[in-house]
Amino acid sequence: MPSLKELRNRIASVKATQKITKAMQMVAAAKLRRAQSAAEAARPYAERMEQVLAGLAGSLMSVDAGPKLMVGTGRDETHLLVVCTSERGLCGGFNSSIVRLARERIALLQAEGKTVKILCVGRKGYDQLKRIYGGLIVETISLREVKQVGFVNAQDIGRKVLEMFDAGDFDVCTLFYAEFRSVISQVPTGQQLIPANIADPEEEKEAAQGLATYEFEPDETEILADLLPRNITVQIFRALLENAASEQGARMSAMDNATRNAGDMIDKLTLNYNRTRQAQITKELIEIISGAEAL
Amino acid sequence: MADTIRFELVSPERLLMSEDVRQVDVPGAEGDFGVMPQHAPMISTLRAGIMMVRDAEGKEREVFVRGGFAEVRPDLLTVLAEQAIPVEEIDEAVLAQEITNAEEDVADARDDETRQKAEYHLSRLKEVFAALKAAGHS
Repeated sequence: MPSLKELRNRIASVKATQKITKAMQMVAAAKLRRAQSAAEAARPYAERMEQVLAGLAGSLMSVDAGPKLMVGTGRDETHLLVVCTSERGLCGGFNSSIVRLARERIALLQAEGKTVKILCVGRKGYDQLKRIYGGLIVETISLREVKQVGFVNAQDIGRKVLEMFDAGDFDVCTLFYAEFRSVISQVPTGQQLIPANIADPEEEKEAAQGLATYEFEPDETEILADLLPRNITVQIFRALLENAASEQGARMSAMDNATRNAGDMIDKLTLNYNRTRQAQITKELIEIISGAEAL
Repeated sequence: MADTIRFELVSPERLLMSEDVRQVDVPGAEGDFGVMPQHAPMISTLRAGIMMVRDAEGKEREVFVRGGFAEVRPDLLTVLAEQAIPVEEIDEAVLAQEITNAEEDVADARDDETRQKAEYHLSRLKEVFAALKAAGHS
């Protein structure tokens, strides 16, 4: 049986922890709102880009001599996985679930005899992956100093990916991130970046018809060649923003749980404390009474 | 006939402008072009340059844009720019950064074609910035 003093100390320490988790939850809630509005603000750009690309791709499909970024290198040997995770922990299963998805993909690819390379964005993912797949990690990009994800960050990553692609370092590129559904649900997603995975042919045809009336300056092929690399950056940017929102959402619910757990623990400890105190008082009374009777 | 056209300027981070305007001069990859209501539909990529916007009251505003494309429809002009800064907000630091980036691109270029493009981009930037300075901005 712990002494009264010990119990008091434990209650105080759990209370301090609860204050911290509560504060973190509130900070996450505020950041989540910002991250969400940033993700929404970025949507029109990505959507327009996609529309025009789908249209262009549709109208060029017949020529089938599209740029490499769209049709691929024709091989399927080396895979690059871009794994986006957060820089900070204490956000529930957020990082683990992304890493787990990536790990499953790696195991699958390796079983098929493919070469796998990993590009880590965010420290947490790197920490988890380096234990098993340390040798496969070709590069790590840290966004630790970045407060709010900007387009420039996505540009840096995009440039690296494109450089590697131009050098022929990989054939297929897949991007891993957590898609933000709601505060309690973030879905880890693997999205193919290269070759570009542009909507299904039916939609492309429709979009192509919509674009048929346009004049192009310079011609379609050149515009497509200009837009595809930009599209990669835009997709990465979108993934980073989704990730930022998901991270805050995951942290918020994790911290909410932690705060509740701490509350439960305080209740239990308080009950225990009061019981012990009462027992002690009773014991002291008995001692006094029996002492008086003995006289 | 309507004498204004809907104009939307979108950067990856946010929607910068969405309003009815009379005319917009866009720096297209193959030359600047002016867009007024009832313009024929077209899509053009952008080069670095200054975009002039004349709004419904005839007031003129200038925006620096770089990278991206413009989509023109008879009643709508959408400019998707990788970077868009109103001219008033441009300062020396931004200019210097842009020039450094462009110079790095030139240095990094592997084949002649990309180098040519990067060099063109750099000279374009320098031109634009010289024009800006001459106009008394920055």
